[in-house]
Amino acid sequence: MCLLIRLVIKKLDRNWQACLHLSLPSEPGWRGGRGAGRAPAGGRQDGAAAVSARQQEMEKARPLWDNPVQFVFACISYAVGLGNVWRFPYLCQMYGGGGFLIPYFIMLIVEGMPLLYLELAVGQRMRQGSIGAWKIISPYLCGVGVASVVVSFFLSMYYNVINAWAFWYLFHSFQDPLPWATCPLNSNRTGYEEECEKTSSTQYFWYRQTLNISPSLETSGAVQWEQALCLMLAWLVVYLCILRGTESTGKVVYVTASLPYCVLIIYLIRGLTLHGAVNGLIYMFTPKLEQLSNPKAWISAATQIFFSLGLGFGSLIAFASYNEPSNNCERHAIIVSLINSATSIFASIVTFSIYGFKATFNYESCINRVILLLLNAFDLEEGSLTADNLSEMKDYLMAAHPQEYAQLLPQLKNCSLEAELDTAVQGTGLAFIVYSEAIKNMEVSQLYSVLYFVMLLMLGIGSMLGNTAAILTPLTDSKLIASRFPKEVISGVVCFINCIIGLIFTMEAGNYWFDIFNDYAATLSLLLIVLVETIAVCYIYGLRRFEKDLHTMIGRKLNWYWKVMWAFASPLLIISLFIFYLTDYILTGTLQYQAWDATQGQLVTKDYPGYALAMIGLLVASSTMCIPLGALVTFVRKRLKRERVSTVA
Amino acid sequence: MISSAPHPATPSSDSRSKPCHLSACHFTAFQRRYLREPQTHLHLQLSSWLCYAWDTNEEYLFKAMVAFTMRRYSSKTTTQISNVLLCNVTDRVSFWFVVTDSTKNTTTVPGSEVEAAIRMNRNRINNAFLLSDKTLQFLKIPSTLAPPVEPSTPVWLIVFGVVLCLIVAGIVFLVVAGIQQRKKKNKESTERENLEDKGEVTITIENGIPCETLDLKAGHINGVFSADDERFTSL
Repeated sequence: MCLLIRLVIKKLDRNWQACLHLSLPSEPGWRGGRGAGRAPAGGRQDGAAAVSARQQEMEKARPLWDNPVQFVFACISYAVGLGNVWRFPYLCQMYGGGGFLIPYFIMLIVEGMPLLYLELAVGQRMRQGSIGAWKIISPYLCGVGVASVVVSFFLSMYYNVINAWAFWYLFHSFQDPLPWATCPLNSNRTGYEEECEKTSSTQYFWYRQTLNISPSLETSGAVQWEQALCLMLAWLVVYLCILRGTESTGKVVYVTASLPYCVLIIYLIRGLTLHGAVNGLIYMFTPKLEQLSNPKAWISAATQIFFSLGLGFGSLIAFASYNEPSNNCERHAIIVSLINSATSIFASIVTFSIYGFKATFNYESCINRVILLLLNAFDLEEGSLTADNLSEMKDYLMAAHPQEYAQLLPQLKNCSLEAELDTAVQGTGLAFIVYSEAIKNMEVSQLYSVLYFVMLLMLGIGSMLGNTAAILTPLTDSKLIASRFPKEVISGVVCFINCIIGLIFTMEAGNYWFDIFNDYAATLSLLLIVLVETIAVCYIYGLRRFEKDLHTMIGRKLNWYWKVMWAFASPLLIISLFIFYLTDYILTGTLQYQAWDATQGQLVTKDYPGYALAMIGLLVASSTMCIPLGALVTFVRKRLKRERVSTVA
Repeated sequence: MISSAPHPATPSSDSRSKPCHLSACHFTAFQRRYLREPQTHLHLQLSSWLCYAWDTNEEYLFKAMVAFTMRRYSSKTTTQISNVLLCNVTDRVSFWFVVTDSTKNTTTVPGSEVEAAIRMNRNRINNAFLLSDKTLQFLKIPSTLAPPVEPSTPVWLIVFGVVLCLIVAGIVFLVVAGIQQRKKKNKESTERENLEDKGEVTITIENGIPCETLDLKAGHINGVFSADDERFTSL
């Protein structure tokens, strides 16, 4: 008897504990029945079913970051990506050197920090991926979440190809000499390959041996098995990192966030000690303040801040959803955006010292070639021609031996340091051509090459983690999919599909398709998504309500600065950016691309064929149309439900 | 040839060679009538590569190297240093040279033979002067490019294989660990359910009232508060 009663009391205890648990106001679903706790598709639920669903939820609590540092590192790892290394230095160079920092910082304060804080706050508050979070704000806005997922999907498709290229270069760095240091010999060993002669060995290695690029978009060519292998490896690495969700991602981001900084510091020290580095730094940092009056400078600054922080993809919402509800995301938002901008400037110092070294090296080689030509042609004494007296001697020779000099004239190039520094490069060209050219001229080039490509890999994989989190978090949040398949299988399927589609970019014309995706898949759609997000939070959900939610979460009142930026400044800025891009696309007429001409050994401009333009339109439309379509579908569904209910009643 | 240079950048060393001996030049001028092929013209680029000054001793060494080359090529032991003649040596340190055949007094060795001989022994000649193919140029004798060293398996494939194995091992390990964890969790939850089931069989009493009548589950959802999903009330 006593035994029985003891058992009874234990069971009652457990039940009452369960009751207490459910009534704690820790879950947003507690209040008013809205949100995570409820089963989807509204309406009253059968009591028992709802209880069992909730109990299941309690057991499968949302995974969390082990500590706030992991969250900050994940955001930094995602935001600090290849764009900081290869786009910001280019913009700095184009729009006024040191003067570009002024519009850059203004845009950071007006646009970057507020929008970053908004996304983090939404994610932390709603504790769902992008689809779920926007559904909570308003059921008509589920399209925004879907659009984010679609854009993230496009991005992850083509972004991992960059990691594949980084792997390729990394594996080739273990040779002496580096394979891009010299041209390969032609078939009968009498000289170098013709294409390599016309261009440089690094460009040849990139266009011919890495990409094996075709002369135009129309000639697709075959899939390059070497690149396909590297792409498959890149996806396996990403799968390894996201396999266990935040558990594995949280550990990986310690490495992917900090290693690039170590390499950048090493490169900074190496770069500043290179001969001629100072030329590059002076060239970059002399402010050309007249560029500030160019509207393109301001627009580029705004665009750079926007895309550099990775807003609108849903990754930040996904990361923040794994936070403790009381996490101070305001401070984290400021930290992440400041670190991102500081890294851009840091990377551009490194890049410009490398530029300076490369430009000085090329300039001095050019001068030496001219001197040698003149010495050989006129049988002059060794040492009579130097870089200093070259121009005077050239005039003298022209006067003394006019015919011979005239014969030589086509071969005598005017060497100019400014012309070498002026060659502004961005994108894959900077990362894989310019840097590898500079590396091959350093001592112990294998070591620097390995370090550099490991850094590129870390940056790329860090961003990929964010992208895949943006896709996987909504999938694992949805009951439909998550209940049937475990997390590992969903991640595996997503990686596999992306890998298969990514094989397009390993074809001979793959780089052209890469450029299409890079330029058009994310630009317009993101602006629209973020605009709708800001308006939704401020005006549909209500700024006051959001303010109260944040106050409950963080415990601090919202500063007027955030409110002003969210309500007025950022939306206006995004609208103006949007209008600018649209008018730019309309005014330019036909879109063109740069194709590699093997016979000339340089890039030529060509028009996109019809189906490529259709693809571009499809890319933009498929993500932007999700927003109105989502609202429409929700509206129709509710209408139908209401009619069904009214017919039943 | 430059008659007078405006100002030499560096002080020229006086040990630089002056035009060659008159007798040799006359000799070769005389021989020119008999030459079918042009002589071999040599360019020496000194600049920063040469750590020594070019003087008559160096010329002697050069003549010795060419004689040695001719001996090795044609395996004739009769070629002497005096058979090699340099001509038109300029300040640039470039000159023509001819190799005569001492067995036949008035003929010179054909240029093609000399070229072939030098091509064979290029490395030795370069090393004698501590120069390379780029700095010691024989015009009309292009340097043969060294064939690239290609290992049997490309290096990149080896590195790729190593990295691939590591990654696949990591994935397999994590997946297997995850499956094991899930099995353990399932076993625990079935054990707990079994215990609960056992507990349900006994009649539970609380404060004298059987628990079934208490309807423990009813307190969890309050009908008043469960708002409609369709309309959200603004707070």
